[in-house]
Amino acid sequence: MTVIVAKELTTALTALREHADARLIQGGTDLMVEINFNHVKPTTMISLRDIDSLRTIRRDQPGMLSIGSGVPYSIIEEEPVLSDIPALSQAARTVGSPQIRAAGSLGGNLGTCSPAGDTLPVMFALDAMIHLNTLDSSRVVSIHDFMTGVKRSVRQHDEIITSIDFPIVKGWQGYSKVGVRNAMVISVASTCLVADHENATVRIALGSVGPTIIRCREAEAWLKANHDLSAGASISLDIAGEFGKRAAAESSPIDDHRSTAAYRRHAISVLASRLLRKAYQ
Amino acid sequence: MAKSSVVTKPRDILGNSALRPDGAHKVQGSFEFTSDLHAENMLWGATLRSPHPYAKIMSIDTSAALALPGVHCIITADDVPGKSTYGLISSDQPVFASDYVRYMGEPVAAVAADHPETCRRALALIVVVYEVLAPLTNPEDAIAGSFDPIHPDGNVIRHQRIVRGDQNISGPIVVEGEYVIGMQDQAFLGLEAALAIPDPDGLGLHLHVATQWLHEDLTQISACLSLPAEKIRLTLGGVGGAFGAREDISLQVHCCLLALKAGRPIKMQYSREESFFGHVHRHPATIFMRHHADANGKIVKIDARFVFDGGAYTSTSPAVLINGITHTQGPYKCDNATVDGYAVRTNNPPCGAMRGFGVVQACFAHESQMDKIAVAVGKSPVEIRLINAMVTGDPLITGQIMESVAPVARCITETDAIPLPALMGETVNELSLPGGSGLTASRSHIVRGIGWGVSMKNLMYSEGFDDFATARCTLKDGVASLKFATSEVGQGFVTLAPQIARSVLGVDEVILEPIDTQIGSAGSTSASRQTWMSGGAVDGACRLVRERLFHHVGKQHSIDPLRLVIDGTDVIDQVGTFRYSVAEASEGIEISETFEHHHRATEELDANGQGNCHTAFAFVAHRAVVDVDPELGLVKVVQIATAQDVGRVLNPLSAIGQLEGGIAQGLGLAVMEEIIMQNGKVRNPSFTDYLLPTALDAPDVVAVMIEEYEPQAPLGAKGIGEPPCISVTPAIVAAIRNAIGKNIERIPVRPQDICL
Repeated sequence: MTVIVAKELTTALTALREHADARLIQGGTDLMVEINFNHVKPTTMISLRDIDSLRTIRRDQPGMLSIGSGVPYSIIEEEPVLSDIPALSQAARTVGSPQIRAAGSLGGNLGTCSPAGDTLPVMFALDAMIHLNTLDSSRVVSIHDFMTGVKRSVRQHDEIITSIDFPIVKGWQGYSKVGVRNAMVISVASTCLVADHENATVRIALGSVGPTIIRCREAEAWLKANHDLSAGASISLDIAGEFGKRAAAESSPIDDHRSTAAYRRHAISVLASRLLRKAYQ
Repeated sequence: MAKSSVVTKPRDILGNSALRPDGAHKVQGSFEFTSDLHAENMLWGATLRSPHPYAKIMSIDTSAALALPGVHCIITADDVPGKSTYGLISSDQPVFASDYVRYMGEPVAAVAADHPETCRRALALIVVVYEVLAPLTNPEDAIAGSFDPIHPDGNVIRHQRIVRGDQNISGPIVVEGEYVIGMQDQAFLGLEAALAIPDPDGLGLHLHVATQWLHEDLTQISACLSLPAEKIRLTLGGVGGAFGAREDISLQVHCCLLALKAGRPIKMQYSREESFFGHVHRHPATIFMRHHADANGKIVKIDARFVFDGGAYTSTSPAVLINGITHTQGPYKCDNATVDGYAVRTNNPPCGAMRGFGVVQACFAHESQMDKIAVAVGKSPVEIRLINAMVTGDPLITGQIMESVAPVARCITETDAIPLPALMGETVNELSLPGGSGLTASRSHIVRGIGWGVSMKNLMYSEGFDDFATARCTLKDGVASLKFATSEVGQGFVTLAPQIARSVLGVDEVILEPIDTQIGSAGSTSASRQTWMSGGAVDGACRLVRERLFHHVGKQHSIDPLRLVIDGTDVIDQVGTFRYSVAEASEGIEISETFEHHHRATEELDANGQGNCHTAFAFVAHRAVVDVDPELGLVKVVQIATAQDVGRVLNPLSAIGQLEGGIAQGLGLAVMEEIIMQNGKVRNPSFTDYLLPTALDAPDVVAVMIEEYEPQAPLGAKGIGEPPCISVTPAIVAAIRNAIGKNIERIPVRPQDICL
């Protein structure tokens, strides 16, 4: 196996184009497991972890935070992300162990594109934009278009995810994840809720309860049509409960060895309802 | 000369918290585990395993694998020169499957090659043609005889009844339940590993292996290899935990066979995934219990039926069954009982020894029942247990008289006296709530519950087994050397043995000789037995040496040796002024003595389950305080209070380590640890999906050691390894029931069991 350790993005992009079989590695928290289980046998690996430009957090324009695809979760847990996009910090804190969080990154969550990817619901709730570069082109794709199925995305072989743009929303946001132990666990069901007080809207996205992350457009529309969602509004237990039920109705969970579809649907209704109440406390 | 103040460190004798000799190395990562061993010219070994729970082997073709460059040899059942099977109690498990595979993961062949990756590729090239058969996975089918035998020995491994007292008696209170216990894994951190080095003449070999019992391994290996035991030497490699999973043969025979065939050293080590298939697990069990009690809640009679799923091969199932059914009553008086117990064979993974050994399952059932009686008679969990608590001298349902110190009531009252944790304040760290880092709950969503569990556990081996341990002590120039074959698996015997020698002989420096088969057996590091058994052997050997030292000193100085005693590090005359350091006294001489410690004899049970089958017992109480999120079904164990009957504390630090570790393991079984089976297939053979408690799941432990000297025990100390993990599980489940007001009869408790 050849490992190309790129110091510059162009080096990595060139290598990627030259090696049709190459696999990108950033933290390796997914890929190395796949290799150890003999599920993939790459002959060429391109390491991105020495590329400084992928490991920076920038504020290029007001109201927007751009996070490099290689910024580890341990940095995302801290400022400035903690204040600007608290739901993302919370999601980052739920990833694996401290060792895993020091290695894993948003680029990895996007590259693997598992419905259980912890930070993906945050991207869906915030309408994050994904920057992809090739050697001679670049494009920006909405997260809603990026993820197309279980471990499937629109990323082409010669593209590298460079950064993710997150809008800084005035209001409240939170992320909750259910697992069968209190830390270091794969998500059984997760929910990100963003209350955009300026636009008086609530956005909600669900993880681990469908083939992709699920944005609950109908529940969002029902809530906006029937309730005041500006700052200072109050949400009754009944409304929150109904919202939870509607969000759960939009999920499509399955039974597997980690949990049951019935529990996952139930958990989503509880999480959605609790997050909504918290947003308007 | 001015007086200088000298700060003397307390000597590392019995009663002090001597530190582990390997502790710093383990923390720093420099401890050599068996998987770190290496030999010149070494090859790697790997195992081909069955993907099917039950199938007929039609053919095995190794030709393509043998042709792969780097592959040295491949072995199958045809290459086993001696006995084709092994087993701890019944030799019914094939070294390699030849006609049928009876569980997913059963070994079919093994390969030796120049690199682990070459091994992996070679295994993929071995062509095994199977005729897949419908597996037997329901233990009731094995009992009913509705399934053709999946093994020549039949589908029922053992059936035993206990019939005691009045079979028709009842009481005004009758409570019952059917309790289901899932399959727990020992999940030791140091994976199975061995290094086999053939002798230059090819007629023998030296095996370095991580095991619980070197001599039992030797016996089984020797039979399969058809080599006399003296041609095989076993040395204990660094062991990273065992918990019962290293009692059975795993890779030992395969590794030796490959080494003899290849004529080169062979290293084998399992991955985490393979480890789930490579060792036995805790028996899943279904236990029906019906308790009859008087209006006060005093137990009148117990009816019970136990079904242990032993999986494909016997392992220790017969002994686990006996442990389970003979602990039906728990630590409570009971004069009348009807118990029916089965250990059966299925196409599930083989089950065998794990910390608690059958008593864990029984305890979950009897403690759940005690709470039901308490509710029925309007008493508290503490009251109902105190009313029924047994004492020394009580007869058990086997007719055996409880001769051990039995401070059951004291365990309960001293646990009860431990302050409850503070109630949750207005502001809480959200990470400490159920759901932890998932931030699923606020304080207002949480309900707190309290639950109790009390247990009795037999110590050492049972049913007539002559269970002994051997040790040798050599004293020379003030330095003691100890030799024993006691497996150090993390329990701390390498700390304790020098403490014993320092206490008995008055030496400070103690050398531990290699742990190997160059001395008699120490028995297994299991059944909470090594402090008692190997501790007794070391103590006995040291005492014999001390006696000879006193004779030597007495002769030299014309003092009656009976007047001599050890005082600190000196030999002194009790009635005179003579004082001489042990170092001086033993200068220029070498005294060596070997001692075998046997515990008292036990008996087999008769057809009605009557007989003095157990050696001794220990007791413990646990009180669990648990926060529950009833809507999401998530749990956080806040505090475990415990008072344990330990006899005597020999090393306080080591003792609390056993208690805290056992509690974490019992917590795992209560709320998360389960090997999930589907039609004979393991669905979660990884630490991604087989969940162990993390730091955020672990409770505060507040422990009291009940020190009532056990006269039967050589050092007055009872084994303390197993009790901590037994009654903590029912205590946690009782606390969950208490919090949510719902009956739960299955462990581990899953979120959906709480909230749906």
